[in-house]
Amino acid sequence: MNIDVMIAALPKLLEGAWLSLQLLFISGFFGLMIAVPLSIARSSPRLAVKALPYAYIFFFRGTPLLVQLFLVYYGLSQFAFVRESPILWPVLKEPYWCAIITFSLHTGGYIAEILRGAIQAVPVGEVEAARALGMRRSTTLARIVLPRAARIALPAYGNELILMLKGSALASTVTLLDLTGMARTIIARNYMPVETFLMAGVIYMTITFVLVRGLRFIEHRTSAHMRGRPTGPDTAPPESIA
Amino acid sequence: MSSVSIAKTSRESVPANVGGDAVLAVEDIHKRFGETEVLRGISLTAQTGDVIAILGSSGSGKSTFLRCLNFLESPSAGRIHLHGEEIRTRPDREGSLRPASHGQLTRLRARVGMVFQQFNLWPHMTVLANLIEAPRRVHGMGKAEATEKAEALLEKVGLADRRDYYPAHLSGGQQQRAAIARTLAMDPEVILFDEPTSALDPELVGEVLGVMASLAEEGRTMLIVTHEMGFARDVSTRTLFLHEGRVEEEGAPEALFSNPQSDRLRKFLSRHLT
Repeated sequence: MNIDVMIAALPKLLEGAWLSLQLLFISGFFGLMIAVPLSIARSSPRLAVKALPYAYIFFFRGTPLLVQLFLVYYGLSQFAFVRESPILWPVLKEPYWCAIITFSLHTGGYIAEILRGAIQAVPVGEVEAARALGMRRSTTLARIVLPRAARIALPAYGNELILMLKGSALASTVTLLDLTGMARTIIARNYMPVETFLMAGVIYMTITFVLVRGLRFIEHRTSAHMRGRPTGPDTAPPESIA
Repeated sequence: MSSVSIAKTSRESVPANVGGDAVLAVEDIHKRFGETEVLRGISLTAQTGDVIAILGSSGSGKSTFLRCLNFLESPSAGRIHLHGEEIRTRPDREGSLRPASHGQLTRLRARVGMVFQQFNLWPHMTVLANLIEAPRRVHGMGKAEATEKAEALLEKVGLADRRDYYPAHLSGGQQQRAAIARTLAMDPEVILFDEPTSALDPELVGEVLGVMASLAEEGRTMLIVTHEMGFARDVSTRTLFLHEGRVEEEGAPEALFSNPQSDRLRKFLSRHLT
């Protein structure tokens, strides 16, 4: 084990890690944007409304991320109209954007399914209370269902984020120098796979650790209603009325 | 039955059909779940200030009836009027009536309060936020005004010092009182109570019934599905006894409780008035 090699590789690996984080957070953001409307439609009792999101989720959960990435990166450029389009081509010729698009669509499918479960886990009585008070469907969704579902989905969403961090290693297959891609490039020069991959692994673990702590913090912040009573003049028995 | 006795309201019993303008008029409600007919034609008229207690053994359809009135459950047939305005409906493929206009239904629902057995407060909001939510989102009331009103209502139900608590930090009785205040915040013309004390520990029932009795005293129009016989007898202006989806007996509570006409009501009372 050569510590010097590991330290020498560190600056370049951190550069790669920065790219991995970009891929993770940009696609995590767009994935969420895709997932929210998808999960709402997926929760609909109407077949016509839920059919499309169902098919979408089925496709992106049913095929490997690598296959999806290759379909976008190698596949789309086969079509002449894509290559000739002044809007599509500048985006799709960049492996960076191909990876972002693929990861967003992919994680969007998973997050949609997580949210769908969470939406359906919101107790029906809470929705009925809102409807009985005269709140419109859209208001009920925005004020009651989605905030409740977000809290229910948070732990599973965190898990998906961590899976996507590691899934982002596939970006290295389309020439991107993310953390894994960078490690492979360094190994091609120093012939030290154990040290270099070990160092890359340590960086992945560090990122995961920070993600886990950050998510736990958010969970804590959003669960005040499930923890102990607020402090103040309380614990006295309820004063009687009548 | 609760151990708390509620003072008989001093209000004179209001003669039926004064003015003829009923708050709520319900005609011939039927409800079928597949082959089972749960409601077999129930009609009811509530005038302003009526407190109508609805009794019946479990499975008699009393909760379903109440839930049909604001379309949380779709009736199979029947007509519902609120202050003379009929809720427009159209039949769906399964033979239930659907609201013809969601806009109209939403508007009418805002005028009909409902208190649930399981309280159904929103757990991610404080008590105060629960109270101001519907006035703000439905009536577009400003935050300051809604808060002021909510605080007055919390005072009234004895929860002024619990405004910043989350529902999970309240006892069942406190939660139900908060839920009643949430309903009152919308100034409903009629309030439907769906077994409001059935989920409570016996020692907490009294505080909720106390709030309800004070509402009755104010002259609020209320429909109450309950198992609290003493409360029904003392507070209601009219009592209905449902059996197998029909109104088996109906009348002034004194007459109904002291001189039941049907066998079924006699049996029901002997089981519940021990």
